Amino acid sequence: MSSRLINWFRFSSPATFYPLVGRLLPWVAASAVLLIGIGLYLSFFVAPTDYKQGEGYRIIFVHVPAAWMSMFIYLVMAFWSAMGLVFNTRLSAMMTQALAPTGAMFTFVALWTGAFWGKPMWGTWWVWDARLTSELILLFLYIGYIALTSAIEDTRRADRAGAILVLVGVVNIPIIYFSVEWWNTLHQGSTINFRKESSMTSTMLWTMLIMALGFWAYTIAAAFSRVRSIILERERNTSWAQELVAGEEVDKHG
Amino acid sequence: MFTVFAWVVKRDLMLAMRSRSDLFTALFFFVIVVSLFPLAIGPELETLRQIAPGVVWVAALLASMLVLERLFAADHADGSLEQMLLSPQPVSLLVLGKVLAHWLVTGVPLVVVAPLLGLQYDLDSEALGVLLLSLLLGTPSLSLIGAIGAGLTLGLRNGGVLVSLLVLPLYVPVLIFGAGAVEASVSGLGAQSHLYLLGAILVMALLLAPLGAAAALRVSAE
Repeated sequence: MSSRLINWFRFSSPATFYPLVGRLLPWVAASAVLLIGIGLYLSFFVAPTDYKQGEGYRIIFVHVPAAWMSMFIYLVMAFWSAMGLVFNTRLSAMMTQALAPTGAMFTFVALWTGAFWGKPMWGTWWVWDARLTSELILLFLYIGYIALTSAIEDTRRADRAGAILVLVGVVNIPIIYFSVEWWNTLHQGSTINFRKESSMTSTMLWTMLIMALGFWAYTIAAAFSRVRSIILERERNTSWAQELVAGEEVDKHG
Repeated sequence: MFTVFAWVVKRDLMLAMRSRSDLFTALFFFVIVVSLFPLAIGPELETLRQIAPGVVWVAALLASMLVLERLFAADHADGSLEQMLLSPQPVSLLVLGKVLAHWLVTGVPLVVVAPLLGLQYDLDSEALGVLLLSLLLGTPSLSLIGAIGAGLTLGLRNGGVLVSLLVLPLYVPVLIFGAGAVEASVSGLGAQSHLYLLGAILVMALLLAPLGAAAALRVSAE
């Protein structure tokens, strides 16, 4: 029992996590490039033209996965925040901080591509419907988190304050997710549904899933490379980080 | 336990009464912001009647956010907040007491004065009643949610700007249902469902916000 516990927490120390992430990073980054490449090829050249929306619908292959990621990253941040508050692990807060900019980026991409889709389909860039508004609030939540953590100089306080803020804001996620079911507004209902057969052809579905996987891989790669910088910055006074940096210097020059 | 709660409320009210300038800042800000809109948009009563719910609610939102910083700042400065955190009483209860006192001082005047401002916007008596009721249900939620933001930004250099960034997104549901209630009443749809939702938000905020604010204070004051 105790050995299993040790295994769980082995990589919660920055000193063991840093090299692990360094080994994983190239693979994750390569699969992100590969998956997004395949996904984009499929979405432009293979997926059939929609009989109602024409070619313009192809933007959903970016829009829908980006919107998924925007909500999912926030949930992951909330998970790490809770972990950080409960177990008092420094690495959890670093992960939260590393994920936030990517989450904000995907939220922005979802809103932006949505606007591009809305202009030809709805005839307007923006409507104040429930899902768009709640997604916009999600963007504000990301920005608020980034602003709060960067305003507090004491890292320990910044970590904990940020964690509380993320957990308070998590009420917004179910509101976004169910907004199209609760309020009958302009944004259409979800196309992919676990409870019934999806309302799109399998090529389109596969393309979207590959794009979503590619975005996952991208998110992991971006968060990993960011968390490595954060670890080095925060652990710069520890002996393992100094040895590591000194070793890299030797590799470079010698 | 209740005596501590009553003690906190009494103490904060007394402190507020001693420095009355604080008492009126939020109120005058509210009145001035609401009066600015007819000057900027023009005096047509038809337009004013349409924008009244939104304008009054946004002004109330900004006014209650403006005074949030002072919720814990004085106690933080003179060290009494630390004593409260060290006391054996539940911190969330103390926070609830402070928020109640804060709302009585800054929120209630807004609620009382709002119908008067509604008259300037030519709202009928039924809409004025709904406006009063929606503010009565909504402004305590604003103070409660704001307490979390005030706790998180306690003692920070640019805390005032930061608190607005953190708190305003969380205020949005209150704004939507508060202004929606008055809107529905003006257009004859009946405001009941919106008021119920405001009440539900208030109950949730009463339950959860003191816990969140207490956790935030512990982080900020350590």
